[in-house]
Amino acid sequence: MSEAPLLEVRNLTVDYVGANAVARAVNGIDFDIRPGEAFGLAGESGCGKSTVAFALARLTRLPGLVTGGAVRLMGEDVLGFTGERLRRYRWSEVSFVFQSAMNALNPVIRVSEQIEDAIYAHHPRTKPDAARARAAELFELVGISPQRLDDYPHQFSGGMRQRICIAMALALEPKLIIMDEPTTALDVVVQRDIIEQICELKNRFGFSVLFITHDLGLMIEFCDRIGVMYAGELVEVAPADKILTAPQHPYTRALGRSFPPLTGPKVRLEGIAGAPPSLSALPEGCRFSPRCGEAIPMCMRLAPELRPTTTGGEAACHLLG
Amino acid sequence: MDAPSQREVMAELGVKPRARWLGRLPGWAQLFVTNRKGMFGLAILAVFVLLAALAPLITPYDPYRRAGKPHVQPGVEHFLGTTRQGKDNFSQLLEGGRASLTVGFVAGLSATLIGLAVGISAAYFGGKTDEVLTFFVNVSLVLPALPLIIVLASFIEEASPTVIGLVLALTGWGWSARTIRTQTLALKTREFVLAAELMGESKWRIIVMEILPNMSSFVVGGFVLATIYGILAEAALEFIGLGSPNSVTWGTMLYWAMRAQALQTGAWYEIWPPAIAIMLTGAALVMVNFAVDEITNPQLAATRRVGPIRRFLKRRKRSADFV
Repeated sequence: MSEAPLLEVRNLTVDYVGANAVARAVNGIDFDIRPGEAFGLAGESGCGKSTVAFALARLTRLPGLVTGGAVRLMGEDVLGFTGERLRRYRWSEVSFVFQSAMNALNPVIRVSEQIEDAIYAHHPRTKPDAARARAAELFELVGISPQRLDDYPHQFSGGMRQRICIAMALALEPKLIIMDEPTTALDVVVQRDIIEQICELKNRFGFSVLFITHDLGLMIEFCDRIGVMYAGELVEVAPADKILTAPQHPYTRALGRSFPPLTGPKVRLEGIAGAPPSLSALPEGCRFSPRCGEAIPMCMRLAPELRPTTTGGEAACHLLG
Repeated sequence: MDAPSQREVMAELGVKPRARWLGRLPGWAQLFVTNRKGMFGLAILAVFVLLAALAPLITPYDPYRRAGKPHVQPGVEHFLGTTRQGKDNFSQLLEGGRASLTVGFVAGLSATLIGLAVGISAAYFGGKTDEVLTFFVNVSLVLPALPLIIVLASFIEEASPTVIGLVLALTGWGWSARTIRTQTLALKTREFVLAAELMGESKWRIIVMEILPNMSSFVVGGFVLATIYGILAEAALEFIGLGSPNSVTWGTMLYWAMRAQALQTGAWYEIWPPAIAIMLTGAALVMVNFAVDEITNPQLAATRRVGPIRRFLKRRKRSADFV
């Protein structure tokens, strides 16, 4: 655990600036991503997962605004990057696989050209042959025949397009790839195929991955550590294998109970009663307390902070005192 | 690193909670009322319209008759001086606004309505309808507008401002039809339109309730442009002497100023007032359009704070993500 982290996120705060109010979508979250690690962010829709991903990639757009905290890539202050440094950070140090690959590829440009574009943009003096060879190499890496380099996006299936996007993300050998629900639009078989491929590539090239998905099962399989978010806050960070087997936070436990186990006796899925709070009307104290079956009076008054747990992770809950 | 609280962020960016009186207005009105540019434009327009409407009551002199010596300097007696013929400039400016604004608004409104009807029908119904309507749009686009207006103007003698406005609309609706057709074509394929069709909504309901609101900023933008075009075209007609020289409009004021060689003789007060009035009206309309843009795209509300947001980031040695 003494290894220096690749990416440090400290107290990251992202607000949405409205006409009459400011909504806090991400409220001071802390986590590290170590070199070669796959870190997962889990949570319900609207809990701020994608907002975090966009903030880390420096892609927050108005009305979103990173109002506080720090992001450091190997000690360098990412939020202060400007001009050429920011350009290098985006894609050549941290690349992004978006949710819908269908929209990330330009339908009227051959995919070879789109991959080569990413190379030329960062290494303008690359020889055309070299760029072409690299594109072919990337195609093979993600399991598509290089013969198809000169096809247009509509000639590929959804899964292949997603793999082309992953190939583009790999093009410049980044240190970190942010994957925002990369497989949500695909069927389960293709999903598994792609995840296995990413896993293999990760082990081969040693990049880190920030992985975001609703699919907790997939995440547990693929990630080394998982952070669970609720209403813009990180409520638990734990090794992936402990999330289901030894959840510390009541929310993590409830989340685990709402997924069907693949083996063992049939159990009744419980789900979580109630709905996540609106960001403009947050409860006092712990944000999960109104839905938490184990809440004690203190939970309604005081917001808990992340503290180390016995399972080697961290959790924010008063019950773990 | 500490993060400022929401309250601190709001204070630093100048985001204020909604005032109570604002809460009673509908959402779009709230956005309009709090938009400085839009309100500024609306105020200018309101002043012009009010002055024009009340012109017969407030003009100090009869704008059609000699009211003093020729080319009297602006002063107590004549607020904006007099013309070469000794007519009071200020009275003429107010009186002229009546015709010019009427022509502008009539032309703008009718050109937008024709363009909207033709553009939406062509795109939404497609096929033969589209072919026929697009043919007329193309014809109206290639017709040389000014010569046509000149011919029409000479046929219709002593035309009222409304008639001139309608004539201008007849030559000026092509562009708005073209842009609205394109926009409708793009919107038509979107899933919400498909969903509305599946739900069995009538065609007119889909056009009016589903498609139209998505391009209201286009429509208002088109209205603004057509209105400015109307005012300018009317002024141009009068300026080259094709209007009725006895009427009083901003265009005839410029015509007489040119005839009197007002600039060469130093009578700036004869030429600038109508020119500035035309410019201000156009600018005011464009400013109103900014506010309408924001209503149709509420995300733009945050861009109002770009200045404070840049300062906010600079104080913290951060750079902006957006460009």
